Amino acid sequence: MFYIYCPYCGEHREEEEFHPKGQAHLSRPTDPDACSDEEWGDYLYFRDNPRGLHHEIWVHAIGCRKFFNATRDTQSYEILETYRMGDAPRVTHFTDTQKS
Amino acid sequence: MTQPNRLDNGGRIDRSKHLTFEFNGRRYKGFSGDTLASALLANGVDVIGRSFKYSRPRGIVAAGAEEPNAVFQLGATEATQVPNVRATQQELFNGLVSQPTSGWPNLQFDFLGVFGSILGRMLPPGFYYKTFMFPQAAWETYEKYIRKAAGLGRSPRDPDVDTYDHLNQHTDVLIVGAGPAGLSAALSAARSGARVILADEQAEMGGALLDSRETLNGKPASNWVRDALKELSGYDNVLLLPRATVNGYHDHNFLTIHERRTDHLGDRAPANQSRQRLHRVRAKWVILATGAHERPLVYGNNDLPGCMLASAVSTYINRYAVAPGRRLVLMTTNDNAYRAAFDWQDAGREVVAIVDTRAYADGAWQDEANRRGIKLLKGHAVIDAQGKMRVTGAVVAGLNTDGTQLTGKGEVLNCDTLASSGGWSPAVHLSCHTGSRPVWDDDVIGFVPGKTVQKQLTAGAVTGCFSLADCLADGARIGAEAATNAGFNAEPAAAPSVRCRPETRPMALFCVPHYKPNSRAPKQFVDFQTDVTAAGIELATREGFESIEHVKRYTAMGFGTDQGKLGNINGMAVAAKSLNQSIPETGTTIFRPNYTPVTFGAIAGRHCNDLFEPKRYSAMHEWHVEHGALFEEVGQWKRPWYFPKPNESMQQALDRECLATRNSVGILDASTLGKIDIQGKDAREFIGRIYTNAWAKLAVGKCRYGLMCKEDGMVFDDGVTSCLAEDHFLMTTTTGGAAGVLEWLEFYHQTEWPELEVYMNTVTDHWATMTIAGPNARKLLSELTDDIDLDRDNFKFMDWRQGTVAGVPARVFRISFTGELSYEINVQANYGLHVWEKLFEHGAKYDLTPYGTETMHILRAEKGFIIAGQDTDGSVHPYDLGMSWAVKEDKPFSFIGKRGMKREDCVRDNRKQLVGLKTKDPSIVLPEGAQAVDNPNHPKPVPMLGHVTSSYYSANLGRSIAMGVIKNGHKRMGETVHYPLVDGRVVEAEICSTIFLDPKGERQNV
Amino acid sequence: MSEAINKAVLESTQIAIMEQLPETGVPARSPLAHQQQTASRTAPENPGVYLWESALKTHLALRGDANNADFANGVEAATGLALPEVLQSNHNNEWALSWIAPDEWLLTGPGDQALAMEMSLREQLGGHYAVINVGGGQTLVRLAGPRARSVLMKSCPYDVHDRNFPVGKVVNTVLGKSQATLRRVGDDEWELVVRRSFADYIWRWLVDASQEYRLSLEQPTQGASKNRAGRLQASPVEN
Ligand SMILES: [Zn+2]
Repeated sequence: MFYIYCPYCGEHREEEEFHPKGQAHLSRPTDPDACSDEEWGDYLYFRDNPRGLHHEIWVHAIGCRKFFNATRDTQSYEILETYRMGDAPRVTHFTDTQKS
Repeated sequence: MTQPNRLDNGGRIDRSKHLTFEFNGRRYKGFSGDTLASALLANGVDVIGRSFKYSRPRGIVAAGAEEPNAVFQLGATEATQVPNVRATQQELFNGLVSQPTSGWPNLQFDFLGVFGSILGRMLPPGFYYKTFMFPQAAWETYEKYIRKAAGLGRSPRDPDVDTYDHLNQHTDVLIVGAGPAGLSAALSAARSGARVILADEQAEMGGALLDSRETLNGKPASNWVRDALKELSGYDNVLLLPRATVNGYHDHNFLTIHERRTDHLGDRAPANQSRQRLHRVRAKWVILATGAHERPLVYGNNDLPGCMLASAVSTYINRYAVAPGRRLVLMTTNDNAYRAAFDWQDAGREVVAIVDTRAYADGAWQDEANRRGIKLLKGHAVIDAQGKMRVTGAVVAGLNTDGTQLTGKGEVLNCDTLASSGGWSPAVHLSCHTGSRPVWDDDVIGFVPGKTVQKQLTAGAVTGCFSLADCLADGARIGAEAATNAGFNAEPAAAPSVRCRPETRPMALFCVPHYKPNSRAPKQFVDFQTDVTAAGIELATREGFESIEHVKRYTAMGFGTDQGKLGNINGMAVAAKSLNQSIPETGTTIFRPNYTPVTFGAIAGRHCNDLFEPKRYSAMHEWHVEHGALFEEVGQWKRPWYFPKPNESMQQALDRECLATRNSVGILDASTLGKIDIQGKDAREFIGRIYTNAWAKLAVGKCRYGLMCKEDGMVFDDGVTSCLAEDHFLMTTTTGGAAGVLEWLEFYHQTEWPELEVYMNTVTDHWATMTIAGPNARKLLSELTDDIDLDRDNFKFMDWRQGTVAGVPARVFRISFTGELSYEINVQANYGLHVWEKLFEHGAKYDLTPYGTETMHILRAEKGFIIAGQDTDGSVHPYDLGMSWAVKEDKPFSFIGKRGMKREDCVRDNRKQLVGLKTKDPSIVLPEGAQAVDNPNHPKPVPMLGHVTSSYYSANLGRSIAMGVIKNGHKRMGETVHYPLVDGRVVEAEICSTIFLDPKGERQNV
Repeated sequence: MSEAINKAVLESTQIAIMEQLPETGVPARSPLAHQQQTASRTAPENPGVYLWESALKTHLALRGDANNADFANGVEAATGLALPEVLQSNHNNEWALSWIAPDEWLLTGPGDQALAMEMSLREQLGGHYAVINVGGGQTLVRLAGPRARSVLMKSCPYDVHDRNFPVGKVVNTVLGKSQATLRRVGDDEWELVVRRSFADYIWRWLVDASQEYRLSLEQPTQGASKNRAGRLQASPVEN
């Protein structure tokens, strides 16, 4: 059971209030019709599955209904930051102390 | 004297409160303050069960959660049966009824002694591994037999009469364990003002201090405990939870505490009180002060009743005034265990000898033993226990300095109790739950908690610090640290002064060597509950299982309900020795939640029976109930399924509902459809991007049907959206899809197109929606409204109008899911029941007939209307459905699904396409899910063409109708396919249009 | 508001506005009316929990940008209430305005004022905003008494302790297996916004959770639930 800081509510909330929505920072191609099948397939189906840092989207479904991003260590399940939609992550690699 | 082992004085029991209890069909007496285990020992009950594999008699070994043998079935009635209760943790109450669970066929009758060691031969080490690996079917046969013999207990056959609940807790500091370290930590943290929860699995807090002989500040340790608890209970920022096991430590400092609120009061909980409570705790900081478990030594026949942990002997004497025997032999690798012999002697019983495995032991403890006149055999060990149903003697032999070999000949010491101590294993269980691997510490001779990402601190014996003074100081310091970390100004509480006796270094010894190889020596048990012996572990290593995780699976060590609390370290030591490597080289031992078994009741809490799952009701629900509706669950909604009249079969009711609707007028409660209010100047643009069809020109007052696809082009929802005003739309969704669609819309708005000015809110529950459908729908509606022009040319199909229906402001949508003249009347839900009832007042003369979801399904299928989620399954795009009319390819924005539908796989030939199906025999209704084949006699595997998605009997058509997907079906109209059914029949069906009735749509354009 | 302004508002907007209440004589049925009917009317001695429905109120969802002065000032002009900050609420004698999301607030008040308030808001508001009448779709449940907080601890994973949930705070969270928006309206009193279709489940959940604390299904008389000292003493399960 995660304890997730909603950057809009400004509080930690229980995981039950949230839905995970997959990998973050994917954006819909501006002209889908110009994409090859392969490019579209990449956008549609292919996702990272890292052991370590992962930027992912969550929605505060039973809360403020806002989508936001989280940087999570998929090994320790530690959430290193959450940030609003449109913001860039601050944590993009492990510091030595975080490395698990 | 009825309790032969009860001491006349001392203990923390209340001798004025007599309790009667039952074990294995016999009645016994005990006192308030006893545990079931202490009361059995007081009564001299030696054999409390038989072992699972070898059927050997077993007795009580420990005094706490680590007890492997005394695991009982409790309950005076069938409804109050509880399996898996450790007698050492069950407080005695008057009328308690308990049964051994491992005594099959019974305790005194030595089943295997008579019939030979059947199970022993049936279940060699590796049994689990081999049966799981090899013929799987065999497991089912073994399983019943093993369960019965294995003492896993049984669940009650009657419903539980008690209730259980959950409580959500939040705290700054959660302290697990109220022993010396935990109590000290609590004092430091509590004084800072931090919110503190102190949880302990025992009825009384104090832990080891409760049976301690030490003095704190010159007074008995229990006085200090009393004062500390008094202070703590005076703070309103402190919650003390006795009888509460912290049984799971999960991500982000989420812990579960299993509190037994009334298990000590009686067989049933008092009225209005939950029997057990699961506290779901989110803690800012956690302090593990879980202490340590004493490790027994492994020697021959060490499972005989009378073989006990040294500390358990002390606990039974000091806390419960029970000396569980007459003549004690104590074997130890450390000074600490000497307490057991001293307590024994002070209780007026005979200490036959202290057998110390260390030749070098020579300090204060040995001096005291000598002063007390106790025979002290240094550099010796007990190699075998003697006896049949109880220890009668101990075979003692000399031991070399590193504990690997015996020296000299054995000597028999007569005794009835054989206590042993191989040192202490820190209780690292909770620290393991979060994925942290414990680390071996040679000084501790045990595993200590490893690195963690949790906001977790450890204090006291769990860290390997075993001296009382250190535990108290450590606790105080850590308590302050935790509170400080949680944002409070905390100082370590002053630790009380302790009179300490120096201790000589303990010896790392786990399994006592024998004259014979282990494989031929008397059985040396490592894990009592699963009957794993040292020889069994050696066999596993010989068979090539070198990792301890494999050894555990091969032997089942640690797989009992006690998770190997006593045996795991000894087992690792045996494996390590056999592999000629160190313990840390052999691996670590990991424990998983739960620390001790938790009842299903506590896990379920109040989420059971009527409260198991929310049931959603529309505003007209009471009417449906009163009129005999049967209900179908759609999502969490309870929707009327059909409305049978007395003595009517389901099909008769459906036929009546269908005919009434097509011939006069029917009514459906459609309130459950999802409704989303969409406002903003970009609402129209937004809708155009979400739906596959065109929205640019939909005028105010008009409605349109739309398909929603995922980016892969596959249909996932559909519904009618109406233009309420230029910047205002009302979208409807399927009942089950409502929440998902709104989240989908928000996802695109918030993450992809935040620049669009649009707001979306659910109004599903706000509007009560009733659909009247049938040729008399207009006549009926006209009787209830005088401000809506119902003229066919002024209020056309796919128009909506605002007005008053039955005196209530309404929006009326002329849309149809039946193909009939149909109006959907929407009123604010508080007035829904009123309007519904008024419709029936006026509808009687038209035989207004309520219908449910099943008739709705039939009527729409007659018209070939799809149900998203039934006729689609995430692999069907609009073209597959034959709904190209609902896709507008040339919209300026590349709407969701457009690109997906163009993928190679979506435009290939031979896709499964939705078609109508008419069985050759019109009376046969195809089962939904049936698979079509071209040639039922084709050799297996038969190529499959697709399945039936919807199938009904249509009273209007006098025949069955179905829809289904068929490969290339749109080009196979008129062809025949075959549906082989599970009962052997093969049903022939003709592929046809999905529109079975009124293909020109004349019925709704009237 | 004059007829003329009324008409102007209606015509100037691109939004469908609708009087949704019937004229007179049509009975309204709140989402928990059936529970009120069947509830036992005998209150226990010294109840620990009071539970009742505050039915048939106006509920308007307001959407907009707090940084848009036309929106923020407009809301204040129409309601007399400033837009509350994150997780906060403001109220006067008639209306309560609760933060729901960064761009959403809930306005609750007298049941017959929905259209008048919507018109007034639309008259005052500017920029990109929305007003949605949701009064038929949700209801208010009041939970009061010395053990009200214990009932919430059984029901919601959110921390309802005084230090985390002072009077005036508003939190939308899980309740049982459904959800509710909690607003602390007094030391010992809470208002729950619950959806109509889930109201029966939530009501039954709360009744069940209150059993051990002696439940009254009546609104407490003035002062009955004001005893702070009594609450702390009576709450050994809380910290
Ligand atoms: Zn939020």
